[in-house]
Amino acid sequence: MLIPHPLLGLRDAQEFTYLGDAALLNRPDPAAGEAGFADYVYLRDNPAGVHRELWFHEQGDRSWLVVTRNTLTHEILGAELARDVKLGGTA
Amino acid sequence: MGFSGFRVIKEALTGHKGWGPLWRDPAPRAQYDIVIVGGGGHGLATAYFLAKLYGRHRVAVLEKGWLGGGNIGRNTTIIRSNYLLPGNQPFYELSMQHWERQEQDLNFNSMVSQRGIINLIHSDAQRDSFRRRGNSMMLTGAGARLLDRDELRQMVPFLNYDNARFPIKGGLMQTRAGTARHDGVAWGYARAADQMGVDIIQNCEVTGFRIEGGQVRGVETSRGYIGAGKVGVAVAGSSGRVMAMAGLRLPIESHVLQAFVTEGLKPVIPGVITFGAGHFYISQSDKGGLVFGGDIDGYNSYAQRGNLPVIEDVAEGGMALMPMIGRARLLRSWGGLMDMSMDGSPIIDRTPVEGLYFNGGWCYGGFKATPASGHVFAHLLATDTPHDTATAFRLDRFARGHLIDERGAGAQPNLH
Ligand SMILES: Cc1cc2nc3c(=O)[nH]c(=O)nc-3n(C[C@H](O)[C@H](O)[C@H](O)COP(=O)(O)OP(=O)(O)OC[C@H]3O[C@@H](n4cnc5c(N)ncnc54)[C@H](O)[C@@H]3O)c2cc1C
Repeated sequence: MLIPHPLLGLRDAQEFTYLGDAALLNRPDPAAGEAGFADYVYLRDNPAGVHRELWFHEQGDRSWLVVTRNTLTHEILGAELARDVKLGGTA
Repeated sequence: MGFSGFRVIKEALTGHKGWGPLWRDPAPRAQYDIVIVGGGGHGLATAYFLAKLYGRHRVAVLEKGWLGGGNIGRNTTIIRSNYLLPGNQPFYELSMQHWERQEQDLNFNSMVSQRGIINLIHSDAQRDSFRRRGNSMMLTGAGARLLDRDELRQMVPFLNYDNARFPIKGGLMQTRAGTARHDGVAWGYARAADQMGVDIIQNCEVTGFRIEGGQVRGVETSRGYIGAGKVGVAVAGSSGRVMAMAGLRLPIESHVLQAFVTEGLKPVIPGVITFGAGHFYISQSDKGGLVFGGDIDGYNSYAQRGNLPVIEDVAEGGMALMPMIGRARLLRSWGGLMDMSMDGSPIIDRTPVEGLYFNGGWCYGGFKATPASGHVFAHLLATDTPHDTATAFRLDRFARGHLIDERGAGAQPNLH
């Protein structure tokens, strides 16, 4: 798989480590309580199809990306800097 | 009709004209007492035990494809009960005991072969932890042997003992572990369940649940609506997808695991050897192929196929462990859907929907669990109480902080 890094162009997915669903960017407010955090830490949508997910460019520029990928075909549909996604509030 | 040595000879002499289909191909009825979703090993075993041990015969197994098309026909067939924790080990030992009498119970050759498993040791710390695991295994009657380097060398002389990074210092062995014919297991359970009146319905995909007032009434399928008193879901890698139709989110991600087989060779690998440090394990099939694998690819996937980096990684692991493998030619590689739970242990429990039961989160280790999983899931479906060996496999254990962190890695959902 090749990931279209927004700054570095196409990079081999082997340079990255995978974390999981990009919803992990939305850490709940401390007021969410135990139930809210248990949801955040453990539960996943786990969709078959388009999935927004976090990849870390560990052997590259060490940026976090939000990659949009189809879990049925492994087709990669796009990649953004996680920072931009977070600051834009669209994760 | 039963299988026997006599019958095999008789058929051989009469042109094999007397064999018939092993199970019926019934049309779905309008209503069952219990509907099992997923005709993999676990779904079929559940139906078998429901009929056999709990007297439930108005049972259907709904399979979206064909029997043996899922992980039950894709795994590397290793069976073992060498776990550590009290929440797990008695369950896997129950499974091992079922394997030991499976062929007699089912009157079907599942080719259970107790050729032993060896987990390799590379350091003193690892020997200590394996000794502890061995003690825990002995407490449940699973049996364990700690091998020193010389004993190991006699059994498997071809390993690279002096690898600079991971020198081999010994191994933990379970002699009762081994392999079984994976799709034969599905066929054996299907045939035995069918004989007791269970309807096995293939090409029947569940597309939704009918839930009224928090109680499940039946399932929508590609072959029409089927009513059910209770519904048990055992769809392994498709768990997230199927349970989402009942409005549930699970502590599970679906990943892909690959496996590999070489051309047939003369007997060379005596049992199963695992090289955890190098993400590699291997055994030899009865046909002679070296069957091996390694780590999951590591990203969410429903594709049932993996990518090249892991193939390279597994090949490197194999070369590091036993350089002679470099001479073997790879015949095939394939992938299956892993239902990776957040602590690496399974879930067998009721759900917030009344009458809906869930069995999943098997990760890469559900084949060995097939008989026990069927047994305890049938127990839960029939009695509404968990089986004694499965009380820890609860769906809410994550929220309650009662994880079964078998790897000793702590409550870390990202470490499976
Ligand atoms: C490469 C590989 C190697 C492995 N090696 C080992 C090993 O050595 N030892 C070990 O113990 N385990 C191993 N495993 C794990 C083991 O195979 C699985 O954990 C186990 O088979 C899962 O249970 P199952 O047999 O019921 O799954 P499956 O056979 O996958 O059954 C699930 C069934 O549900 C069906 N289904 C899905 N959605 C629907 C729907 N909507 N409606 C109806 N039916 C549906 C599917 O078609 C499928 O047939 C391995 C797995 C893989 C992929």
